[in-house]
Amino acid sequence: MATAAAHETARSQPSGAPESADDSTAEFQRAFDAAVAADERIEPRDWMPDGYRATLIRQIAQHAHSEIIGMQPEANWITRAPSLRRKAILMAKVQDEAGHGLYLYSAAETLGTSRDELLDKLHSGRQKYSSIFNYPTLTWADVGAIGWLVDGAAITNQVPLCRCSYGPYARAMVRICKEESFHQRQGYELLLALSKGTPEQHEMAQDAVNRWWWPSLMMFGPPDDESQHSAQSMAWKIKRHSNDELRQRFVDICVPQAESLGLTLPDPDLKWNEERGHYDFGPIDWSEFWEVLKGNGPCNEQRLSRRRRAHEEGAWVREAAAAYAAKHTTGGPGRQSDVDGTTGAHHAANANGENVNGETGAKRA
Amino acid sequence: MVLSHRLGEWAGNAPVLEEEVALANIALDLLGQARMLLSMVGDEDELAFLREERAFRNLQLVEQPNGDFAHTIARQLYFSVYQHLLHTQLADGDGPFAALAAKAVKETAYHRDHAEQWTLRLGDGTEVSHDRMQQAANALWRYTGEMFQPVEGLDIDWTALQTAWLEQIEDVLRRATLSVPEGPRTGAWSAGAGRQGLHTEPFGRMLAEMQHLHRSHPGASW
Repeated sequence: MATAAAHETARSQPSGAPESADDSTAEFQRAFDAAVAADERIEPRDWMPDGYRATLIRQIAQHAHSEIIGMQPEANWITRAPSLRRKAILMAKVQDEAGHGLYLYSAAETLGTSRDELLDKLHSGRQKYSSIFNYPTLTWADVGAIGWLVDGAAITNQVPLCRCSYGPYARAMVRICKEESFHQRQGYELLLALSKGTPEQHEMAQDAVNRWWWPSLMMFGPPDDESQHSAQSMAWKIKRHSNDELRQRFVDICVPQAESLGLTLPDPDLKWNEERGHYDFGPIDWSEFWEVLKGNGPCNEQRLSRRRRAHEEGAWVREAAAAYAAKHTTGGPGRQSDVDGTTGAHHAANANGENVNGETGAKRA
Repeated sequence: MVLSHRLGEWAGNAPVLEEEVALANIALDLLGQARMLLSMVGDEDELAFLREERAFRNLQLVEQPNGDFAHTIARQLYFSVYQHLLHTQLADGDGPFAALAAKAVKETAYHRDHAEQWTLRLGDGTEVSHDRMQQAANALWRYTGEMFQPVEGLDIDWTALQTAWLEQIEDVLRRATLSVPEGPRTGAWSAGAGRQGLHTEPFGRMLAEMQHLHRSHPGASW
């Protein structure tokens, strides 16, 4: 196992590394492989292959971005929530998402990047966020469908990440998964209230599930045979299960839940397969997935421009905070540049930031 | 409840991620206080979603639109300093609101600190932020007199409350290198108009958005 990982890693090492470093690099590599094989955690000060670092930065950043962009479709309903209790729940959820974004940017920063740099990549489209947030929330029931299906898919994806080989990411996921499970139950409960409510409310719930089901299945990323980074991520124990395995697990969980909700799932091919011990389900429209990922989904433009606008309109506030800090800290000026994002040391992560694969659609909390 | 709604409009729009958390946190505290208060009088959702604009008794200050971040902070500073003083007095008394106020006083101490810290940063930050903060402080000044109009059923020394409020606000503004606004503090109609259901124009629009879903499904539960 260690040999395979070493082999994979050797290929992703940047060319042009000084020859003299070869021996010590090989030794570090052996120690790293042994740690991964023994299920030990890799920590920020440990040596790690460049490819491992770059993959983690990309994945954690995209995960963080998904939390931030993911606030929008739900925040869309905060001012229209139909009861004060639901409004409080929704506000708390959106607040949690901002908090998750903060944990995740911190985890990414342990790998030698900065939040400003990552946000800059999000705003310029060089890093992605989960494709699911490019779908609109058209009715109140969508808030429930997002909780039940989108957060449900996220949890299925993320629970294994609690055992991810990179310590800071794994620990962030433990905290995030607890809160996500809570959100998912609230989403389910919201849909249940609608499903058992008036005929109009029931119809609203069914319509939302019809619209969110397939996009939720796409959150697990492309099929295994089209997922280029999967094998490497699994060898590094960043990922623990394949996209298709997780997708199947999610379908198996959702079918009985849909039944107890009194709602149907919009798939005529969905049926129990006794032989496999799993539910069979119909084909996913991957052309839609790739279109959304390319930026052509219903809300891509809207989500990104709103995020950019919030950032740009907030610039004067961040500048004020930096100027105040410079005036009132004895350390003197010099830390200001962190705030306006002009520092941006564009090192190794830059090239990797553009290397977006299908899994971008998969990570979300 | 009205101020909580306004703060909820910031979700996804805040200048930094930490403010997404902070503004939502304050909004949630205020919503929690509102729910307790409304439940003391009747059904919280009926009171929130089925009253017309003229039946709302909130201060005109809290219904003012968010504007830029400075306007939101000025509104919050004026209100939180007031609320903190008010709750402190109520918590010390033995009236029906003492228990609620005792809980709220801790929350409003945090809100107040948050607004004060930002007033200092914006006022004593850059030239741009200084000007924006001054403009916001000036623009909302007229709505601050209303907070000290006696409210029936509340046994409060309103004059002392107002004196303490003015002292504290003046102190924060001065430390933020801002000047204390001049001009009347009587509100859009007259001091106390909000308490009589006389509101400013943006409020009706806010209610339309807030109530439409609830009103579209009469009798439904959520």
